[in-house]
Amino acid sequence: MRFDTPATTNPIDQLKVVGQPTDRIDGRYKTTGTAAYAYERHDVVPEQAYGFVLGSAIAKGRIAAMHVEDAKTAPGVLAIVTTLDMPRLERGMMNAAYLFGGPIIQHYHQAIAVVVAETFEQARAAAYLIRVDYQSEAGKFDLAAEAPNATLIGDDSGEGSSGPPEVRVGDFEGAFAAAAVKLDESYTTPDESHAMMEPHATIAAWDGDRLTLWTSNQMIAWGKRSIAKILGIPAQNVRLDSPYIGGGFGAKLFIRADAVLAALAAKAAHRPVKLALTRPLIANNTTHRPATIQRIRIGANRDGTITAIAHESTSGNLAEGKPETAVSQTRLLYAGANRLMAMRLTPLDLPEGNAMRAPGEAPGMMALEVAMDEMAEKLGLDPVEFRILNDTQVDPEKLDRRFSHRDLVGCLRLGAERFGWDKRSPRPAQVRDGRWLIGAGVAAGFRNNLLTKSGARVRLDRQGVVTVETDMTDIGTGSYTIIAQTAAEMMGVTLDKVVVRLGDSAFPASAGSGGQWGANNATAGVYAACVKLREAVAQQLGFNAADAEFSNGDVRSGNRSVPLSQAASAGELVAEDLIEYGDLAKTHQQSTFAAHFVEVGVDAATGEVRVRRMLAVCAAGRILNPKSARSQVIGAMTMGVGAALMEELAVDKRRGFFVNHDLAGYEVPVHADIPHQEVVFLDEVDPMSSPMKAKGVAELGICGVGAAVANAVYNATGIRIRDYPLTLDKLIDRLPEAV
Amino acid sequence: MRAFTFERANAPVEAAAAVARTPGAKFIAGGTNLLDLMKLQIETPTHLVDVNGLKLDTIEPTPEGGLRIGALVRNTDLAADERVRRDYGVLSRALLAGASGQLRNRATTAGNLLQRTRCPYFYDTAQPCNKREPGSGCSALDGFSRQLGIIGVSDACIATNPSDMAVAMRALDATVETVRPDGMARKIPIAEFHRLPGETPHVETTLEPGELITAVTLPPPLGGRQIYRKVRDRASYAFALVSVAAVIQRDGTGRLAVGGVAHKPWRVEAAEADLPRGAKAVTERLLAGAKSTHDNAFKVLLVERTLGAVISEARS
Ligand SMILES: Cc1cc2nc3c(=O)[nH]c(=O)nc-3n(C[C@H](O)[C@H](O)[C@H](O)COP(=O)(O)OP(=O)(O)OC[C@H]3O[C@@H](n4cnc5c(N)ncnc54)[C@H](O)[C@@H]3O)c2cc1C
Ligand code: SF4
Repeated sequence: MRFDTPATTNPIDQLKVVGQPTDRIDGRYKTTGTAAYAYERHDVVPEQAYGFVLGSAIAKGRIAAMHVEDAKTAPGVLAIVTTLDMPRLERGMMNAAYLFGGPIIQHYHQAIAVVVAETFEQARAAAYLIRVDYQSEAGKFDLAAEAPNATLIGDDSGEGSSGPPEVRVGDFEGAFAAAAVKLDESYTTPDESHAMMEPHATIAAWDGDRLTLWTSNQMIAWGKRSIAKILGIPAQNVRLDSPYIGGGFGAKLFIRADAVLAALAAKAAHRPVKLALTRPLIANNTTHRPATIQRIRIGANRDGTITAIAHESTSGNLAEGKPETAVSQTRLLYAGANRLMAMRLTPLDLPEGNAMRAPGEAPGMMALEVAMDEMAEKLGLDPVEFRILNDTQVDPEKLDRRFSHRDLVGCLRLGAERFGWDKRSPRPAQVRDGRWLIGAGVAAGFRNNLLTKSGARVRLDRQGVVTVETDMTDIGTGSYTIIAQTAAEMMGVTLDKVVVRLGDSAFPASAGSGGQWGANNATAGVYAACVKLREAVAQQLGFNAADAEFSNGDVRSGNRSVPLSQAASAGELVAEDLIEYGDLAKTHQQSTFAAHFVEVGVDAATGEVRVRRMLAVCAAGRILNPKSARSQVIGAMTMGVGAALMEELAVDKRRGFFVNHDLAGYEVPVHADIPHQEVVFLDEVDPMSSPMKAKGVAELGICGVGAAVANAVYNATGIRIRDYPLTLDKLIDRLPEAV
Repeated sequence: MRAFTFERANAPVEAAAAVARTPGAKFIAGGTNLLDLMKLQIETPTHLVDVNGLKLDTIEPTPEGGLRIGALVRNTDLAADERVRRDYGVLSRALLAGASGQLRNRATTAGNLLQRTRCPYFYDTAQPCNKREPGSGCSALDGFSRQLGIIGVSDACIATNPSDMAVAMRALDATVETVRPDGMARKIPIAEFHRLPGETPHVETTLEPGELITAVTLPPPLGGRQIYRKVRDRASYAFALVSVAAVIQRDGTGRLAVGGVAHKPWRVEAAEADLPRGAKAVTERLLAGAKSTHDNAFKVLLVERTLGAVISEARS
């Protein structure tokens, strides 16, 4: 199905099943431990052996020799594959780091060997017996030190935020120089780890030259192509299966060392091999969100109208890596006639930087929305009103290009009312509650909505059960449920008559889970396949497809009504289709919007910051399931608190690695950090997004949260911190004298 | 994890003798620290002697009016004990500020006292660390040292002792009771139990090889306001940046021990005389000779301000 004109009324608009706060249909399996994650799929293939991956102990250089004799003769060892056994392997899609092969070390904990043994403990013990002779080289590990050498570079994050090296509209320098009120500040965000619960894990098995990977991967079709390219085998010989994923946040968009080494190990051991990356390897072997240094300049008239805005971001990465696209939201969020955006990149020898939940916007908004707060204060304007004043309904770079639907103003106004914004003291450091200094902060939320083709197959059997098959993944987001809701609505059946099967590369290729594009595109693909199935049903039952009504398990037209199941009485009906998009996303800008409000307490003595309450008001088109959408947003808000207050991969600038590479050292919020969260969705649809009229929410929920926290900390203390995370050491010497 | 042999001991002296007999042997109690370190091959015992069956898991009153806490009493049980909650509130609070409910259910009194540092380089076997591998160097000294020590440090090691419980026990002047492989019992004041790193950071306590902790005794109750204040980057389930255990009397006198700053719970009795003069005066003596790094210099001020908060809480 080609979607190239705005959606009109369609069966989804009935909202009998779609739009309802249905419980997750996979929830029962997860809470009872019967949803098998990759590492636990003991039954998919017999004789599984265990692999353990050894990471490089140096950050840059080469391996002169590896001594594996002791490991080979250790108890239970079946095979050892070292990086010296083969030339450097090709890379998969959108990855900068080479995952295996050859003597060259690009970064710390690069995989250099995999040991296969009968048990996990044997594999791990043997791996520690491998001795490696390294030739270490000096590397570049310090972003701040290298930043002056950074060069202009454009990029698309692959997840929806993008930009050319430099964008100029009007005359930024002239307008900024002439502006009555100005801001020119720099902000930094640190390297962050996805820190999802389930590690990267894969079971690999060969059957002749055919490879099956039971793995944990967000993007099945990318994964299939990538593993084929890395191993140099035909893609049709590969199957990936990933029905349950214990979180990804972008860490599992790609084929990484777990899948590659499981495949190599299984070949060498002539046995299926399962392996998972250890926590330290997740920090240093896989990808992370790269640190940024961002400079923002804003010039405005005294009335608050922005006349000039510039956002420049510098990040680092491995030689062929990409920049963090932290300026992309600033291209679209606020009006202003004179604009400058620039991205710069400098080579670093740290592990690979790549997409993490809302790449670009998440760190970009952490800077931009603090700058907006600072600017509002300079102007003597309320920060909510300052944002509303500079709202735009058109793309500020192309004034004839409108947003498909944009209600940022609605989010801000409703949020201010629900939060009690009018009770906030505009002057900082005024409110105290016992030992706590209290403050409130606001930030806009913004994240683009991406359209990408997505396919599905639907089957109807003689019991009237509708089965959906697509390689779409559910990374904890609720895909199973919203896909079931879509199929139920389209076919006029209840949810218990729908079976959803996901994550298998044998199914039609889908959008996959990334860039908050999964929900809208994957359900639109199911919609398209269901339209085809409806046609087949109508034909089978002798109805005219155009006026057949599907409801309550029946198909009806005029006064004739037939049970849906009857259409399959002579055999299963199968329909397959995909949604493809015309140029609506070019003619109109599609984005999602939010307003984040946060109240914090800052301990007057120690500077500990604790969030007291949070509110997000989101405008993201039709909400397919308010319950799972809320879960996405509160999860994202929690991650935003982490980014604001504690998450930072600490770089050892001499040895070139992330030091705090476990969950004791890399702190993310725990329950006690998140007291009260409220989420409101504006009741809206976006007919330009797809027949579902929905957009993404899962990344919108994180964008802006960090800045709202930082702005609240400023409001509580009068201390402006521009370097994340806002840990107490940055506050303590500026807090008021102790009483 | 290296392969190891395992035995269960039935009596304290037998356990001590078993460890003394086998080179590279260790006791195992709750296992919440030792097993983690074994998996990373930071600890590589050849033989484990399980002490969980030694029946050292009761809390009894002492003739002096204090409490004798068996070495195997779980952190959860110790924190919940009515006598501890009533008379040694600082200890109960310190325990509850540590780890998580699940861990505290396993963790024992002796194991807690002997838990090892959380210095991140200690945890990465690819990095030099004098504590893990004597003579290899200290990666933390000019590396990432935000969590690490500011007082009593040496050029060989700046690690901290991460225990919350031990800080409270130091403020209470607890005594560690042990039995040696030859059957001799001894009592070690908590002040002398943990060592400063000096040139031998791998030697962390004054225990002798094979010496088994049998109990920790608390002196008679001190009364006063008992406060444990743990400062950390998140609200729960994190090690202290700085912590203060305080017992402060109505007249403003009292005792203080500080965690998160040294290789042992840090207490300077002489500094306590300055309590009535306030946190600044106390901190000056408590942290005299402090030697911080760029990353952890903030801890000096943090100690002072946390002390200030504790003192004013005690007064309120
Ligand atoms: C995720 C996590 C978070 C944590 N957070 C905190 C925290 O916030 N605050 C805190 O204080 N602690 C924290 N801990 C540490 C926890 O308190 C310790 O792991 C625990 O107290 C150790 O007790 P155990 O009985 O399990 O010791 P084990 O692991 O069994 O043993 C530890 C050591 O003690 C020795 N040993 C045990 N019993 C005896 C004995 N009777 N005599 C002589 N030697 C003995 C062992 O040989 C071993 O060397 C945390 C731990 C984890 C895993
Ligand atoms: S501070 Fe101590 S534990 Fe840490 S690296 Fe140095 S020697 Fe090792």
